[in-house]
Amino acid sequence: MKIFELAFFFLASLLVVLGGFFTVASRNPIRGAMGLLSAIVGIAGLYLMLAAEFLAAIQILVYAGAVVVLFLFVIMLLGPSATSGRDTRSALPRYLGAGVLLAASVGALVLVFSASAGPRALSAAPTGMGTVEGFGRELFTQAVVPFEIAGVLLLIAVVGAVAVARGKQVDPTLAPAPGDDDKQGSDAARAVLTTHTKDVHS
Amino acid sequence: MSSVPIEYYLVVAAVLFITGAIGFLLRRNLLILLMSIELMLNAVNLTLVAYNRIHPLNHNGQIFTFFVIAVAAAEASVGLAIVLAFYRVRRTMRSDEADLLRS
Repeated sequence: MKIFELAFFFLASLLVVLGGFFTVASRNPIRGAMGLLSAIVGIAGLYLMLAAEFLAAIQILVYAGAVVVLFLFVIMLLGPSATSGRDTRSALPRYLGAGVLLAASVGALVLVFSASAGPRALSAAPTGMGTVEGFGRELFTQAVVPFEIAGVLLLIAVVGAVAVARGKQVDPTLAPAPGDDDKQGSDAARAVLTTHTKDVHS
Repeated sequence: MSSVPIEYYLVVAAVLFITGAIGFLLRRNLLILLMSIELMLNAVNLTLVAYNRIHPLNHNGQIFTFFVIAVAAAEASVGLAIVLAFYRVRRTMRSDEADLLRS
């Protein structure tokens, strides 16, 4: 039993760490999205071990089902230009910053874990922890207001994403249409976009 | 499911966060930058759930993770919309081409 738990943990951790590495290291964004998918599935497995079954399901649904698919949609929409070429311009400061960050993070990790009392086994989780019933009861009694605010936030995000991404098919050879200003959806973002497009192409 | 100590989960989350942060600093592709942000958010979520596991009397960490997932979904949609708008203007995915505000 114990060896199976350890094996499951290391399998999920391997998925997480290797997936994260491939996400960051891949030149092709599609491979990056696949690495992100692997990391997400691994984290869902770790949630299962941490008595968070509902969150594991949500993780698969929202991240693997929505976010990664959204990334893939955008990558497919952009086509070959989603892959930015190799660049060498000002590479040194970036690598320097990343190296300093890596050294600081590893140092902090070593310090924290040398100061801790060592790993202890966990006590058994109480029944109902992380299930839909236990989680939902607490969510809808103590966190109702944030839940509703999260719904409003998602609505605003949907409207904002559509407004920003739709844009306008600007032909730089044509002057802007005369009746443009009184159109309902001509918000600030699209006005800025149009101006910039004209600036770039002129 | 309680024979794996909590510190192991924290190490995995820390490694994932460091990977995402370094990817955010090193890469120039806007899509990879957004994916690195998602990696860091996932690492924080894993830390929250792990700490909730050693204080099992309530679900505060898991509820916080729930909201972080909701905010991350909103952030991904808006971020990808901005990436599309940026591509429409500049015809590239390179983040260092985003210098319109630099005089």
